[in-house]
Amino acid sequence: MNLSNGKGSISPVISTMTMKSGETSDQFPAGLRVLVVDDDPTCLMILEKMLRTCLYEVTKCNRAETALSLLRENKNGFDIVISDVHMPDMDGFKLLEHIGLEMDLPVIMMSADDGKSVVLKGVTHGACDYLIKPVRIEALKNIWQHVVRKKKNEWTEQSGSADEADRHPKASDDADYSSSANEGTWRNSRKRRDEEEEADDRDDSSTLKKPRVVWSVELHQQFVAAVDQLGIDKAVPKKILELMNVPGLTRENVASHLQKYRLYLRRLSGVSQHQNNLNNSFLSPQEASFGTISSISGLDLQTLAAAGQLPAQSLATLQAAGLGRSTARPGLPMPLGDQRNLFSFENPRLRFGEGQQQHLSNNKPTNLLHGVPTNMEPKQLTNLHQSAQSLGNLNLRVAGSSSQGNPLLMQMAQSQPRGQMLSENTSPRVPRLPNPLGQPNVSNGFSDGLLGRNGITGGSRPPAYNPLAPSSSFLSFPMNQSTEMSATNFPLGSTPGISSIPTKASFHAEITSGMKGSAGFPSYDIFNELHHQKSRDWGMTNTSLTYDSSQHANPLHNNIDVSPSVLVHQGYFSTQQTGQSRDAAPLIGKSPFSLGESSEHGNLQNGGQHLNPLLVESSIRIKAERFPDASSQTNLFPEHYGQEDLMSALLKQQEGIGQAENEFDFDGYSLDNIPV
Amino acid sequence: MDRNNSRRQLAAMKQSLFDQGHLDEQFIQLEELQDDANPNFVEEIVTLYYRDSSRLITNLEQTLERNPLDFNKLDTIMHQFKGSSSSIGAKKVKAECTLFREYCRTGHAEGCRKSFQQMKKEYVALKKKLENYFQLARQTGPLDRACRPK
Repeated sequence: MNLSNGKGSISPVISTMTMKSGETSDQFPAGLRVLVVDDDPTCLMILEKMLRTCLYEVTKCNRAETALSLLRENKNGFDIVISDVHMPDMDGFKLLEHIGLEMDLPVIMMSADDGKSVVLKGVTHGACDYLIKPVRIEALKNIWQHVVRKKKNEWTEQSGSADEADRHPKASDDADYSSSANEGTWRNSRKRRDEEEEADDRDDSSTLKKPRVVWSVELHQQFVAAVDQLGIDKAVPKKILELMNVPGLTRENVASHLQKYRLYLRRLSGVSQHQNNLNNSFLSPQEASFGTISSISGLDLQTLAAAGQLPAQSLATLQAAGLGRSTARPGLPMPLGDQRNLFSFENPRLRFGEGQQQHLSNNKPTNLLHGVPTNMEPKQLTNLHQSAQSLGNLNLRVAGSSSQGNPLLMQMAQSQPRGQMLSENTSPRVPRLPNPLGQPNVSNGFSDGLLGRNGITGGSRPPAYNPLAPSSSFLSFPMNQSTEMSATNFPLGSTPGISSIPTKASFHAEITSGMKGSAGFPSYDIFNELHHQKSRDWGMTNTSLTYDSSQHANPLHNNIDVSPSVLVHQGYFSTQQTGQSRDAAPLIGKSPFSLGESSEHGNLQNGGQHLNPLLVESSIRIKAERFPDASSQTNLFPEHYGQEDLMSALLKQQEGIGQAENEFDFDGYSLDNIPV
Repeated sequence: MDRNNSRRQLAAMKQSLFDQGHLDEQFIQLEELQDDANPNFVEEIVTLYYRDSSRLITNLEQTLERNPLDFNKLDTIMHQFKGSSSSIGAKKVKAECTLFREYCRTGHAEGCRKSFQQMKKEYVALKKKLENYFQLARQTGPLDRACRPK
């Protein structure tokens, strides 16, 4: 470690250190390179002096524009930025936005304004801290922690996937590049994935060799205008490039910037979610566990959020007659927050929040068995409150459960008891189907929620697969009821949907056989039926996706099919994830195989336990991604990356899975919402 | 002996600035920042503050002459002024700024004008007191400046 170089070299030192083990040098944080931006000369001078007293290296600047160009000129010249909020030439938040987009440095906002809304705005715009003027030196003495935190996040992110031997060289290759990749934890996953997808291009091209496009304020505004015009979801680099019509700008530049921009948008919504989560926990301060696992719960709640948002979306979709979804979406991220709020406040935590939390507890501790009863609770609650609950609640709940389904993959051992519960749940509901709209909604949504689960529990033995006829008749109910759904949806999707069923079914079948071996499940006949209905449903849900972008049906299905298998696979080969997740097809073959091996109950559990950390991780990712993806709609994904990219995304292991899951979950949601 | 005397006098002066509520903790922060490299740091800062803020005061005066009052503009300028004032620990001035902004928010024109006059009074009073203080401090020498008053 090159400590001897003195102040100037501290920053590289930091990154090396954090890369290794997070240890800190004696000198740190001396030499931390701070850029202070304030139009008030008095404040600026005081700050400079204070920062120097802290032994930081200070660059001061009285204009935001100047600061931005300083930062651009010297990309790695600063570790942290402190900026005033109110500046005549550029709003501090704007500066914050640019820094977030372009250099991704930690930014501390400061203002004499201590109003909650301003502080909140700072935080939601991605400020890592907000100092109230007059700034005290005590506060500045501590700012280095933000630098370390960012680097550390990045580091954990990398070490978190340390098993992936093939990624390590990459990581060190572009240390420079990845050092700018530090984000808040909740967006790490997403960022990570984006990096992955970008990594190949960026590694050997844009970062190192190509001259970097400077996204000036003007250029960025042009970009934003183009994106707005296209709609954030429809905005593909090529179209943006055409709209912007800037000579010298390449599609890659735009693509990279678009990704950052999306990240930025996501971060905004992510943060506001966080706040909502906080609200949540405030609502029930007695739930200590909630507080402690707040980060995870935040993510989980994001799932809900995503779910909560879905109704609006799918409604919008439906109203837009299937294909014309464009209009409703751009505004969506914002309504999201509202919905979530509604949800968290309206729902007595008992019903939803608690259930959710329990889901969390499923994910987090390795105690799988414990999770089983808790999982059931929300469902039972649903039963109880079925009629009384507003549709919104139901949707949310269903979403929660289906989202749960994915993480639940790990809980296979337990899924059987749950399956029982499910059958219990559904059976009362099936008779209710003919009831007025409200009820069918419930059942319909529910079966979807079950889907996720059944996929796991997978009661379907190959023989049981035959009774498709009854299940399809069951299906017809929701179909008929969901009048809002344009008829075309079904034809469109039906083919791919069905085609996907066999794959999935067989997959489930294999899994379940393993499952059954482990624990005799008495009532699996009913279950099987349910499952079929469900798998049917699944096909249907796919349709709902496909009408969006029918040509992408195949990639989507691929995803769907693959993702569970990959997950399972991970569960059982937790140590070897990367290499094996390379190829989806072999995986499918393998995962059942491994299941068979671990047919012993104990084994299963062990597998699950091993998995748990991983799963938790992946589920977190899924969630983190789901929210943004949902908000910007699914077709982003296929449009953007295409099938090859999809495959490569899958190659990228967890991220790929996250993506796939995402799609997969999403399907479930949109079906849920159809009857609404 | 003489020096000790003036040092005591200086301390008393500073103490009275705090006792009368002209200054707050922030001023001590500034004094603590004073070191060999910047032996007159506080004075420099205060000088800078008065130089820069006079521009804001003029701006405020002009804006206050207009009818109807542009409360948004007043609030913005005052916000900046408040930021500077709080940075040097001008407690009374800052308090008037806060009051002024409160009147801006409620659209209370008379309150704005009144609190502005009051603020200006405090602003000028503090300037005088600080000038005296720094003059005495220069005579006394660099010692003891950073000690906290009780």
